[in-house]
Amino acid sequence: MTFSSIVLQFINGLAGTSSLFLVAAGLSLIFGVTRIVNFAHGSFYMLGLYVAYSAIGFFGTTILGFWGGIVAAALVIGVLGAVIEILVLRRIYQAPELFQLLATFAVVLVIKDAALGIWGPEDLLGPRAPGLRDAVTILGGNVPQYDLALIVIGPLVLAALWLLLNRTRFGILIRAATQDREMVAALGVNQKHLFTAVFFLGSLLAGLGGAVQIPREPAQLFLDIAVIADAFVVVVVGGLGSIPGAFLAAFIISVVKAFCIGIGDVTILGFDVSFSKLTLVVEFVIMAIVLVVRPWGLLGRPQGQQRGAGMLSQPLPQIGRRFLLIAGSIVVLLALLPALGDRYLLVLLIDILIFALFAASLHFLIGPAGMVSFGHAAYFGLGAYGAALLLKQAGLPMELALLLAPLVAGAGALLFGWFAVRLSGVYLAMLTLAFAQIVWSIAFQWDAFTGGSNGMVGIWPAEWLSSRTVFFYLTLIVCLGAVAGLWRILYSPFGYAMRAGRDSPLRAEAIGIDVRSVQWFAFAIAGLFAGIAGALFAFSKGSISPDLLGIPRSVDALVMVLLGGVQTLVGPVVGAAIFTWLQDEIARATEYWRAILGLVILLLVIAFPQGIAGFAGRLLARRRSAQS
Amino acid sequence: MSAVLAVQDLRKAFGGVQAVAGVSFAIAAGELLALIGPNGAGKTTCFNLVNGQLDADAGEVQLLGRRITGLPPRKIWGLGVGRTFQITATFASMSVRENVQMALLSHHKRLRAVFARAGDLYAAEALALLEKVGMANQAERRCSVLAYGDLKRVELAVALANSPRLLLMDEPTAGMAPEERKELMELTARLAKGDSMAVLFTEHDMDVVFTHADRIVVLDRGKIIAQGAPADVRADPRVQRVYLGGQSARTR
Repeated sequence: MTFSSIVLQFINGLAGTSSLFLVAAGLSLIFGVTRIVNFAHGSFYMLGLYVAYSAIGFFGTTILGFWGGIVAAALVIGVLGAVIEILVLRRIYQAPELFQLLATFAVVLVIKDAALGIWGPEDLLGPRAPGLRDAVTILGGNVPQYDLALIVIGPLVLAALWLLLNRTRFGILIRAATQDREMVAALGVNQKHLFTAVFFLGSLLAGLGGAVQIPREPAQLFLDIAVIADAFVVVVVGGLGSIPGAFLAAFIISVVKAFCIGIGDVTILGFDVSFSKLTLVVEFVIMAIVLVVRPWGLLGRPQGQQRGAGMLSQPLPQIGRRFLLIAGSIVVLLALLPALGDRYLLVLLIDILIFALFAASLHFLIGPAGMVSFGHAAYFGLGAYGAALLLKQAGLPMELALLLAPLVAGAGALLFGWFAVRLSGVYLAMLTLAFAQIVWSIAFQWDAFTGGSNGMVGIWPAEWLSSRTVFFYLTLIVCLGAVAGLWRILYSPFGYAMRAGRDSPLRAEAIGIDVRSVQWFAFAIAGLFAGIAGALFAFSKGSISPDLLGIPRSVDALVMVLLGGVQTLVGPVVGAAIFTWLQDEIARATEYWRAILGLVILLLVIAFPQGIAGFAGRLLARRRSAQS
Repeated sequence: MSAVLAVQDLRKAFGGVQAVAGVSFAIAAGELLALIGPNGAGKTTCFNLVNGQLDADAGEVQLLGRRITGLPPRKIWGLGVGRTFQITATFASMSVRENVQMALLSHHKRLRAVFARAGDLYAAEALALLEKVGMANQAERRCSVLAYGDLKRVELAVALANSPRLLLMDEPTAGMAPEERKELMELTARLAKGDSMAVLFTEHDMDVVFTHADRIVVLDRGKIIAQGAPADVRADPRVQRVYLGGQSARTR
């Protein structure tokens, strides 16, 4: 690498800093004031690109038209954010953190399909900026003029935000609310207006971040999730609620990424190392390092204990004779279903059983163990990939692959869990997401071993298990057994120790419980059981792809758990059944199944903040108390 | 008789503030020692150095002749130190009995069992402990619905689960009614004498301190200004100055 190529990569990195910073700053502002982790923030970025594309088309590609279009796009997205805050989020500020998260993810689904409906599935590349179409030569390399403009925009917005936050009354309110929103409310500040205004500002920044990218990257439908993952990383590395921190983190990550591309493939100690392939992973590695060394981010402040996921202090339900009777009859009913001869029903049921186990393993983690994971799909996917690799690459018989694959997931959970249990609350959730993204990147890029983006095919069960009916029975037995095993653990001394660590870490340590190692072990158990589900899934489909590890699948599991109700044991199972069935039904009826699903989730979240099973449980309790 | 707890020249500074500046004292088995002093005197810091929540800058804490300085709270518990908190800390999702069972499970090193049914283990022992503190009749209630005074007694039962040699109580009667305070301290004193257990407690209520403590250590600005039997400490002019006004006095 020469000096000039270093400088060029540095400039390239700086150009990437601006957009990343704009998105992250908006996310950070919104989180700081409202305590909402806004999953839809990446969607605002994506919409920023689309709206800017249309606006510039409308205004014409003049200098005024171009920049006018970008500003218009940012304003439109700002207003959209404010509208969503008023219509949806305002109703659920009192709900548990995870429900708010679920609601914002529902918004992601709706926006994605809205964009699909309005702009279609094709990538849309916008015009180049008038007056900035050429490249300048720096040290013998070409740098697009527009990149230089971007390098200026980031610090300009940072300065403007600094002035806003430090020199205006509105800014003082934002900073005060970031530190202590209860106090701000007690001082008579109108919270509603403040929150709506912050959402407007934050969304505007995300929209602007997207809009300014229009000459550099096409508007695409997958950007929402990709960008939200990046923005999470930047916000966490910089420190939640810190705007300069977001800038610093965006800068570090962009520059390191640019260098990885610049270095390319090199041979170190006889190994071929492809740095350009590291780009997808490198930001998450940075994040993992920062979180372990400085858990509150580079420029953030240590935060007080986060509120739990809203299931605090719920006692374990007593498993009585009636419960066993109902559960038993459902199992018998399930076992009789293959007699109907409906092949499609069996396929759906296999899916439901597998996801019920997946959701139950996540519930084990976020409920009784009190650790929120945004990346549980990593262990589902590790189970699936483990099964496929053991079958194809190691040449093991299918039965053995199915048996050993969960251990792969468990080992992964043991490794990542060691880092994860050092954190709590939102930081823990983000770290789990980062780890899932690392696993995803490896699966996605290691063509020779994992099949890369295509995944692997031909992962079929052994001969004697190959009929749908037999495989259904296998799934039924394994999944029910595993769920029962998870529940059994909850009633064991170890399960009690998990809840003790969640209820009061202080007291738990004072009676000799090593809370961290209990949590670590719990994390590994949850990963192991998710791996069982993943391995079964691989054999039920016959193929796997990196999608199994993606953020959407992690969120699916969260939706199932929250939909069913996190305080109950059967909640995740009910949630998985309803979610899987609903997704299947809607997907067959319309191309816009995501939007419908999103709207259903929004309705459910606003109507039943305790989840469906939680709601049913309350109804039952009310009827019982009315009778007695 | 040798000391259960011996504290030697303990020191801890926060930034420039010397919160604990060379404190030494000892407690014998069966003795109730009160640690008192005005706000900011270093009581809580001193207390947290003994229980392992803070690391000392210098000095030593010995339990039954064994150095425990620098050990984490859970290790210190394992060596026979029970404790109650100023703001009660119990497991809200568990019943009173299960709270005590939790401590017993830990004491008997059964925490890694994943198949046994926790509810069946040490239930009788837990009830016996609850009987000791007069809470057996509420064993099946959840901690989240208990009155504050009752919660304090549950904490005491939890603290007793590992048959401690030393009991640490941080403001044991804070937030309780006068009658409840008396009952709790009499109960503590009875248990201490009966099981020859040493008790170290901090307390703001001077009635509680002078009625129930066998010996009192008075801290001011991180240093011990007096220690001895309640009558001697009461008569000490320096203590009177700290509490009743004069150079060193602060608002309480």
